[in-house]
Amino acid sequence: MPAVPFEYHAPATLEEAIALLREHGDEAKPLAGGQSLVPLLTLRLARPAVLVDLNHLEELRAVRREGDALWIGALVRHRALERGEGALRACPLLQDAAALIGNVRVRALGTIGGSLAHADPAAELPAVVQALDGTVALRGPQGERHVPAGDFFVGALTTALGPAEVIVGVRLPVLGPGVGYAVEEFSRRAGDFAVVAAIAVVELRSPGEIARARVALAGVGSTPRRLPGVEAALAGQRPDAETLRRAAGGAAGEVDPDGDAHASASYRRHLARVLTARALERAAAMAGRRKTA
Amino acid sequence: MTDLVIAFTLNGRLREVRTPAHRTLLDVLRDDLGVLEVKEGCGEGVCGTCTVLLDGEPVSSCLVLAPRAAGRRITTVRGLGDGDALHPLQEAFVAHGAAQCGFCIPGMILTACAFLEEHPAPSRDEIRQAIAGNLCRCTGYTKIIDAIASVAGRKTRG
Repeated sequence: MPAVPFEYHAPATLEEAIALLREHGDEAKPLAGGQSLVPLLTLRLARPAVLVDLNHLEELRAVRREGDALWIGALVRHRALERGEGALRACPLLQDAAALIGNVRVRALGTIGGSLAHADPAAELPAVVQALDGTVALRGPQGERHVPAGDFFVGALTTALGPAEVIVGVRLPVLGPGVGYAVEEFSRRAGDFAVVAAIAVVELRSPGEIARARVALAGVGSTPRRLPGVEAALAGQRPDAETLRRAAGGAAGEVDPDGDAHASASYRRHLARVLTARALERAAAMAGRRKTA
Repeated sequence: MTDLVIAFTLNGRLREVRTPAHRTLLDVLRDDLGVLEVKEGCGEGVCGTCTVLLDGEPVSSCLVLAPRAAGRRITTVRGLGDGDALHPLQEAFVAHGAAQCGFCIPGMILTACAFLEEHPAPSRDEIRQAIAGNLCRCTGYTKIIDAIASVAGRKTRG
């Protein structure tokens, strides 16, 4: 079915885009890669009167290293993350996570800013930004603000984005030597959204001691969830399989997923534990290998 | 809603259409330009039958709003060959009997073509993953993978 007709604007500057969004309020939607929005338009689940196409905003395409951080412009496509070229190499976890998104056509057009703004509870990139304590940069009529991932995701498909605000980029930490990472995901079919996905980042102080472990899960609640209990159980511990598995056992108790047509609540809790364990084991092993890198 | 005039290159030829912005590239190709080798399947970007190459990369034309095609280079399966000569991938699909109903085949060939450009000598498993987003309801994929594997490692055009 064709989308409900709308007024189309393709502003050349961010200021113009924000002014248009402000002028049209709830009637307007910003368009990035369109891989979630266009199906909503053609299914007529979204009926904006005005579409503000952000794709001409070259300033949102930048990728740059900023000391210990990596800045990724909102319009950077999943395929660029997946290829991991240039400065993106500084955060190779993005490569593994982006490769799991949808199909190759979705990845060719879909953008990191779009994925974060859409905030599907089962999506990979929101969980990555959550796992890495990333910061989402927003620009609106009141200027720019930087929102920590933990505050950005408010609920299913709901974020801290205010009226007429757009995501301009995201800042993630560089993953240096001694840091290992892994993405583990279970989905029914290739290309489906994950039923549950686990992202683990393990940082070693020495070959025998974990400095810090971070775990984020997608698909177990309305937003990507960190597992503070599992993380606390690993700080200062040995990175051996037994310790990692025991800590991961706490994952099921830290989430309270709903059951739906794809999986029951208890199955999601099971996946939370199993995928957390697998992700932690791979991340710890990689951290050991990357110690001398 | 005022119509937009959108120009793009279709299989090497400059085309211009007048359309309201809410229509998709798939609508424009099939309904305005009669480009019927681009098939409409699910209309949600899942099945891959409406795949075209946009500046060389496979995309779902059902998920590209018409204005997003402006100034781009669009290739359909008809644009792969060279006049009367088929592209080696097309020849391979014929030789291996890789098509049954054929509805998925234009998208399948375009996806495979872009994949081989980037990965000239893939394993069978890599081929399987590369076409995971193009659904075929007839063949069981074996002959499609055979056809793509037979071309892998050979020089391809397009």
